[in-house]
Amino acid sequence: MSKIIQVGMADLKLSKAPDKLMTAGLGSCIGICIYDQKLKLGTLAHIMLPSSLQAKNSQNQAKFADSAIIVALQELEKNGAMRSRLLAKIAGGAQMFKFAGESDILKIGERNARAVEDNLKKNNIRLLASDTGGNYGRTITFNPENGDLLVRTIGHGERVI
Amino acid sequence: MSQEYNELSTLELDALKEIGNIGSGNAATALAQMLGAKVDMTVPRVSVLDLEDVPELIGGADLPVVGIYLSASGSAPANILFILSIEKACLLIDMLTGKQPGETTVNDLDEIGISALMELGNIITASYLNALSVFTSLDFRPSVPALGMDMAAAILDAILAQFGAVADHILVLETEFKKSGQDIIGHFFLLPEPGSLEVILAALGVNI
Repeated sequence: MSKIIQVGMADLKLSKAPDKLMTAGLGSCIGICIYDQKLKLGTLAHIMLPSSLQAKNSQNQAKFADSAIIVALQELEKNGAMRSRLLAKIAGGAQMFKFAGESDILKIGERNARAVEDNLKKNNIRLLASDTGGNYGRTITFNPENGDLLVRTIGHGERVI
Repeated sequence: MSQEYNELSTLELDALKEIGNIGSGNAATALAQMLGAKVDMTVPRVSVLDLEDVPELIGGADLPVVGIYLSASGSAPANILFILSIEKACLLIDMLTGKQPGETTVNDLDEIGISALMELGNIITASYLNALSVFTSLDFRPSVPALGMDMAAAILDAILAQFGAVADHILVLETEFKKSGQDIIGHFFLLPEPGSLEVILAALGVNI
């Protein structure tokens, strides 16, 4: 019997097929799936901010793009995953408020997306697919069985990347 | 540096509740005037929450909602958020623009409807802040409202991210507005920025 494991905001979980990973309502946040296709093992992190270095409080590592990727890699390797086989898929990083003037929160989604891409590259993880940007929220479900990432939206369709 | 929210005393919590009460009372009156209907409100709730628990407060992470957001600058910067379900937002638009209830649907939300909602957000937040200003003698200057329409968590996360940089917890003052006693219109949130809490409490004469 397969389970769907919920991943909250600033949270990170690991699962092995047939269990799936799901996180709801990504706005400017980003869902990062990193997986080992051979072992059918994957992690999903729901990050809120680009960098733990700029933060005053960085206790929760799953909150930041840079530290969440490192924790994900540790978790995966602890469970037998091989670094060279790891692939990534990401979704989120939208700009939710259209009329926000020149406020900084406008750009947080974009900054998150860039930080995730940079940190994946830095750790030599190949980014296989991404669905970022726009001005709408996303609910994503990752299936470690085949690496499919299902992206659902309100009014902007549904797709598998 | 700001004290931990979970160490707030009963007196401090009561003072915050009173703020919420006065602010929302004013906002509810403004809302009632705009809608030409009686608007009730619940006693404000003051909660200290983990960031990840905030979406649950408004009914679940992927519930479709309309969010009207403003930031208030001044000596105690705070964020204000008015959240309502999409159906309720459409009904409010009908009431504000003089249409038959049910005439506006999610699919035909137009510029006029959206600007009516933003104006509503503007007025109720301004009346909330006014009351707060009078009560605390602090200056709150509201920004232009921003409107987002999507999954609850998606609307919230950009706002929460600002707090995420400094804390894992957030202080929320929440009031529910109801029309005719039971029909919930929306939730009103005041989220003081880290550090603002001391300023507000000090202005109220509550020593920390």
